[in-house]
Amino acid sequence: MKSTLAKLSLKTLTATQRRQTRLLIVLFILSLVELKAFGVSNHAHAKTTFGFTLGREWVIIEKWMIDSRTGCFIFSSLAVLGSLVGLARVRVKKGPGLGIGLASFSLMMGFLCWAAAGKFIPITGMLQGSLLLAVPLVFGSMSGLLCERSGVINIAIEGQLLAGAFASGVVASLTHKTTWGLLVAPLAGALISTLLATFAIKFSVDQVILGFVLNVLVIGLTNFLYKKLLIPYQSTWNSGPSFSHIEIPIIGKIPIIGPIFFNQTVIVYLMYIIVATITFSLFRTKWGLRTRAIGEHPSAADSVGIDVNKLRFRNVVIAGLVSGLGGAYFTVGSVGTFGKEMTAGAGFIALAALIFGKWTPMGALSAALLFGFADDLQGTLSIIGVSIPSEFMLMVPYIATIIAVSGLVGRVRAPKADGIHYSRGESH
Amino acid sequence: MSLELIGITKRFGELVANDAIDLKVGDGEILAILGENGAGKSTLMNIVYGLLRPDSGEIKVDGKVVAITEPNDALASGIGMVHQHFMLIPVFTVLENIILGHEETSQFGKLNLTQAREKLLSLAANFGFEIDPDAIIEDLPVGVQQRVEILKALMYDAKVLILDEPTAVLTPQETDELIEVIKRLRTQGTSIIFISHKLREVKALADRITVIRRGKVVATADPSASQEELASLMVGRPVNLVPDKTSHEIGEKVLEVSGLTVSDPTGRALVSNISFDVRAGEILAVAGVQGNGQSELAQALLNLEDHVNGSIKLGTQEVVGLSVRHTLDAGIAYIPESRELDGLISSFSIADNLILDTHREKPYSRGILISDSAVESDAEVKVKEFDIRALSISDPASSLSGGNKQKVVLARELSRPLKLLVACQPTRGLDVGSIEFVHERILAERDAGRAVLLFSTELDEVLALADRIAVMYAGKILEIVDAQVTREKLGLLMAGISQ
Repeated sequence: MKSTLAKLSLKTLTATQRRQTRLLIVLFILSLVELKAFGVSNHAHAKTTFGFTLGREWVIIEKWMIDSRTGCFIFSSLAVLGSLVGLARVRVKKGPGLGIGLASFSLMMGFLCWAAAGKFIPITGMLQGSLLLAVPLVFGSMSGLLCERSGVINIAIEGQLLAGAFASGVVASLTHKTTWGLLVAPLAGALISTLLATFAIKFSVDQVILGFVLNVLVIGLTNFLYKKLLIPYQSTWNSGPSFSHIEIPIIGKIPIIGPIFFNQTVIVYLMYIIVATITFSLFRTKWGLRTRAIGEHPSAADSVGIDVNKLRFRNVVIAGLVSGLGGAYFTVGSVGTFGKEMTAGAGFIALAALIFGKWTPMGALSAALLFGFADDLQGTLSIIGVSIPSEFMLMVPYIATIIAVSGLVGRVRAPKADGIHYSRGESH
Repeated sequence: MSLELIGITKRFGELVANDAIDLKVGDGEILAILGENGAGKSTLMNIVYGLLRPDSGEIKVDGKVVAITEPNDALASGIGMVHQHFMLIPVFTVLENIILGHEETSQFGKLNLTQAREKLLSLAANFGFEIDPDAIIEDLPVGVQQRVEILKALMYDAKVLILDEPTAVLTPQETDELIEVIKRLRTQGTSIIFISHKLREVKALADRITVIRRGKVVATADPSASQEELASLMVGRPVNLVPDKTSHEIGEKVLEVSGLTVSDPTGRALVSNISFDVRAGEILAVAGVQGNGQSELAQALLNLEDHVNGSIKLGTQEVVGLSVRHTLDAGIAYIPESRELDGLISSFSIADNLILDTHREKPYSRGILISDSAVESDAEVKVKEFDIRALSISDPASSLSGGNKQKVVLARELSRPLKLLVACQPTRGLDVGSIEFVHERILAERDAGRAVLLFSTELDEVLALADRIAVMYAGKILEIVDAQVTREKLGLLMAGISQ
């Protein structure tokens, strides 16, 4: 089935269409498997309950209960339908339309119906959690975007996040003010960035190795200080306050959307502003044009009078501000206290989100949200006690990352001069 | 506007790239700077354009000394440059490339493109160029990209336009068009500095010719001088531009290619359904503009391509599907397009590079060990035979000049028992002296009864060496013509037009 379909269509299609076809075929097969396994051969007759309300919305959406097997059957049928519609549309050279969306959504819902048979799934809560888990990834990927679009590879996102988290946690704890914590975090990130920029741009050190070393440096330093300072003197050094949620009037009360997006801490609102600003600036302003130019063809930019290395330096430092701010999310943005290596690889996942998002702000944002969702799904499912080993569930976000980055996005093109040191005369 | 350089000197360590160069181009004049690769032409122009700083000397514009330390200074003084490697960002639109560095903005730093768009369109109309301001650069043909470069310079009121090797990437027709454009610029009062090592173009275009050799101005010549005179000024000794070619018997079919198709991994055909043959003692030149499938065809002959259909017969032996090693053993010599990337291992010594293909054979290899003495004595012989100028055979290949690198490749490839020589762009980027040597060796192989398949984008080279010429366009052989064909006909074929 797969091979004939592929043979029929692949030759005459563009690369994008071919990729969409491949994705739809995968979805189609998964839907069929789900339909058979969970819909037809499932003999459990427990009910699955979905909740949509977190409490204060205007309209309270009732809980929704559905028989596990029926739900699986309905949703996986919808997924089959969605992928077929998508395939048909791609075949006649139209976009896949809602096919991919419908198929993936129904596939997920079908899975939830099966996985949570007899249990309660708080949909809104889960999506809110996804957004929260995505926050550091979004900050990190924006930082990576600013660097790599200007031609500097930033592997040190992890270190910048961790430095931001540490600085904001400690400062907030010493001053008892979340605001101070929030102000210091970007500076800590920028400090790491300045090191990166100085060695990468001024002394043309290999950027990947440099970024890696910076990560190790920050991890080592924060571990040391944590052990010698934060643990023994916890009450002064590591017991900071954290931001409370601010509900935006009116839109914060819209069912489902309100609690997810508009009842958050100030850091999340800052994130919206940063993503919007970067999107606008990168594609609509003079700064953006120049930034993209030095990331693609620095000698061309130089030949029209743009100081390549100065602009790179500046962008890398700005990137540090962004990821440092993202680090504050871990401490003042959520729990208040600093924990050893609490960023736990978020910087690297952010890098994956950047690649998955094809080096565009919106793409990286979507990818980060997807990774956040995978992470939260894992958490939710293990809390409600699904009969899948928790070790396997823990792997889900990472597997999603690997699949996303390797297979489904197709050939992505990094900025051409990404990671290549620029100096005059060597450029040809 | 006139531009004058006085006593420009630039050193890179020991090397004196420019040695007290004096130069002047007058108002509305076309000055050609003629010199071999490495003579210091590009260094000089990068100094004028502010990309490099001279160690001494000064630059005068309209009689006044100007300080040029940045490209911006050059632009402000009315000096524009079209670089040999285009300074265009492939993923940007034409308009974005034009405004880069000179952006006009409205609120919040938002780009304002309206004015620039109007100015570009009127300027293009003035020259009769058709330009879509919103086309992406990488989708445009090279000739059009070059026009964008020229327009870019003119947009910012360049009064002196430097063109660095502008014809290197063009088809003969595009070159003719460019020459027309340059002449029109002159009538509008723009001064032109035209840098080239191609004698024909220099003669066709220049008002005056300045010859540079080893960083020094060695002569100023008139365009009426003969090509031989200009060449010997450039090289510093008498040069034989047209190799002596004797006619002789053509023998049996050595290479027979039929129905050959080479595809990329996505299934797109890069070479489609090609058939031809080459006989013993014959040079078949494959002409065409870069990127029409020549590289893929050449690599397919060596089994360096993955997706190949059809048949390649060497004598009676089918070659398709053999390993590269067995392909070489079947009697094919291969001079790859890029000697630095594919011809040599730059960090290996000259001696090691000379046995890359035969290292596993006796006497170089004994059991699992390589015999250094055998490798060295072999290298000593080849260095003499091929006149490779190196301080020591144990120096890395990267220390050699372009010409000597190519001699190492030739020495290695021509030292096996051969039936067929596949030479790809064998003289690209070489100086006149080395070109002479390479041409002689290729002709010697032909005269010794080998079949030669020569891939070249240089019309002069094709016409000087070939017995027959196959023109490739868009992955197909458009026509195979004999060597008496006119340049015009060949040019049309290269542009894809066959009558």
